Amino acid sequence: MSDSSPSQQQPRRPVGDTARSNPQGAAPTGDASLDRGTGRLDSDRPDQKAGRPTGAAESSITSNGSAPDSSTALARSERTAATVAELDSAVVVLGGRVVLRRVSAEVEEGEVVAVLGANGSGKSTLVRALVGLVPLRDGEARLYGRPLPRFKEWRRIGYVPQRTTAAAGVPATVREVVTSGRLSYTGVLGRLGKNDRIAIDDALATVGVSDRARDSVARLSGGQQQRVLIARALAARPDLLILDEPMAGVDLANQRALADTLAALHADGTTILLVLHELGPLAPLIDRAIVLRDGRVVHDGAPPPAIGYHADPAHDHVHPHAPAEEPGWLR
Amino acid sequence: MAALSLGVVAATFHPAGTALPEFLQPAFMQRAVVAAILVGLAAPAIGIYLVQRRMALMGDGIGHVALLGVALGLLLHASPVWTAVVVATLGAIAIEVVRARGAASGDVALALLFYGGIAGGVVLIGLSDSGSNANLLSYLFGSLTTVAPGDLVTIAILTLAVLAVTVGLSRALFAVCQDEEYARVAGLPVRALNLLLAISAAVTVTVAMQVVGVLLISALMVVPVATAQQVTRGFRATLWLAILLGVAYAVSGVTFSYYADTASGASIVLLAIAGFALVTILTAVVRRGRAPETEIYEDEVAVGLAEGQA
Repeated sequence: MSDSSPSQQQPRRPVGDTARSNPQGAAPTGDASLDRGTGRLDSDRPDQKAGRPTGAAESSITSNGSAPDSSTALARSERTAATVAELDSAVVVLGGRVVLRRVSAEVEEGEVVAVLGANGSGKSTLVRALVGLVPLRDGEARLYGRPLPRFKEWRRIGYVPQRTTAAAGVPATVREVVTSGRLSYTGVLGRLGKNDRIAIDDALATVGVSDRARDSVARLSGGQQQRVLIARALAARPDLLILDEPMAGVDLANQRALADTLAALHADGTTILLVLHELGPLAPLIDRAIVLRDGRVVHDGAPPPAIGYHADPAHDHVHPHAPAEEPGWLR
Repeated sequence: MAALSLGVVAATFHPAGTALPEFLQPAFMQRAVVAAILVGLAAPAIGIYLVQRRMALMGDGIGHVALLGVALGLLLHASPVWTAVVVATLGAIAIEVVRARGAASGDVALALLFYGGIAGGVVLIGLSDSGSNANLLSYLFGSLTTVAPGDLVTIAILTLAVLAVTVGLSRALFAVCQDEEYARVAGLPVRALNLLLAISAAVTVTVAMQVVGVLLISALMVVPVATAQQVTRGFRATLWLAILLGVAYAVSGVTFSYYADTASGASIVLLAIAGFALVTILTAVVRRGRAPETEIYEDEVAVGLAEGQA
């Protein structure tokens, strides 16, 4: 048991891990303008980011990292943070329904940001748009200053999709699932090297499933399967970890274990963006909350205190994908 | 043939004067057995990904479309194997496009494709010079005598290609079939890998169609995997065991079919299902004899971990 404590995993990152040495992605100034479709009407953007230049000038902001005219970002970041993930007036339409209505949001390096909201508010879609899993009807998503179609450093992103199980139709061991996380390093044809194996061992240990590595994932509890999915993301030693409802279907003991894992990663410098239904055991960790309602950002700042039913950490919170609206989550 | 069918096992181990067992003496049986080994290798190797993705019946759909390709070959006096490869590949790509879009009307589109393929195949085989009912039946359910000498080289090359993809790219294909969204965010060329998988499935169908038949090929893709996964915990172990079972089923099915004078594909599939039933019963018996699994242990780990880190 003691070998699963995250504190013993540090330092997680070997010195030779070059992918993280270049947080700005060295995007040449001006290349963002090449990616923009010609159809966008800049005039119909709302002034959520007053004074923010559009078009060609955008890249100079995102690629030098300090966003001089984004006063909110400056006020928030005393650690001279760079914007690692950013949605800019994003519009997402799924199945004829507008899910995101000109959502702008960003995540600074080193932050822990929670996306909150009722079911159907668009919080999951927000992170899915950010990693390119749902297309934008309008607006732009950027990772490390790069507009999404041109972003190539996927190994810097650790994505944990919303899943109730890590299993598929054929058995797979915990280690096999976590090994998938190294594909962004080895490529489709490459072989696993020593560094890959060390990274996989580290990821398994960080989430505390080393002793189950050779077991079939299907035989693990829901909380343990969730940890396996996080280990898969960690195997690439990402700079930015994005988790979509990691607490759904996870018992309280496992929720606390997950919170400890994320705290250790945060202390280690990993930026964390997570979609949550409520803060729960993660509350002390969250720097900032983005609250969505009906596809719009209604709050971006300090995490709101939980109220009423949802304040009770023991309440039943297992409702992934439920389409029903839950009015009054935040009044 | 009736006398021969009395002693399947006895005759197998009765060399009848030469080094080869009796059933391997006719040249057509040598070709059938070699083809069966190749089919037994390729079918589970591709089938495991279809099962993993819960699309076990995709091979069946491709098989329906492949019959149209066979018919075109017979009609045009071309090699039915190659025309089937082309038509089945086009069909598999169409299936993959429908799957990737995930449209609600996808089911209906696939039904049109599958039944259009098999109906077109039956009509065209009827129109062709060599179009007899026996010919049609041998392509539907497999036959020992359809493997022509020239086909064997084709089948061997295609099998090697399928194995190169399914074993050589197994880590990437595993990741895509396990969790396609994760694979996309990891930067894998998901669309290309999906297409490669669909094309490999189509090629496997055409490799297998002479010995197993287009209507039964899906069983040889799926049943060895379903059998293997009852006793395995990991993907790699399942893959290798399924391939081993696939070869065993295919060769013994062909041998049985020679002595019993039955359609080879049907014999292979019945043997595979018998194997599946046997393994299911055996694992149930073994599980019952064992102590209950590790549920309590899991909770202890979770609580202990939380406390240890608090």
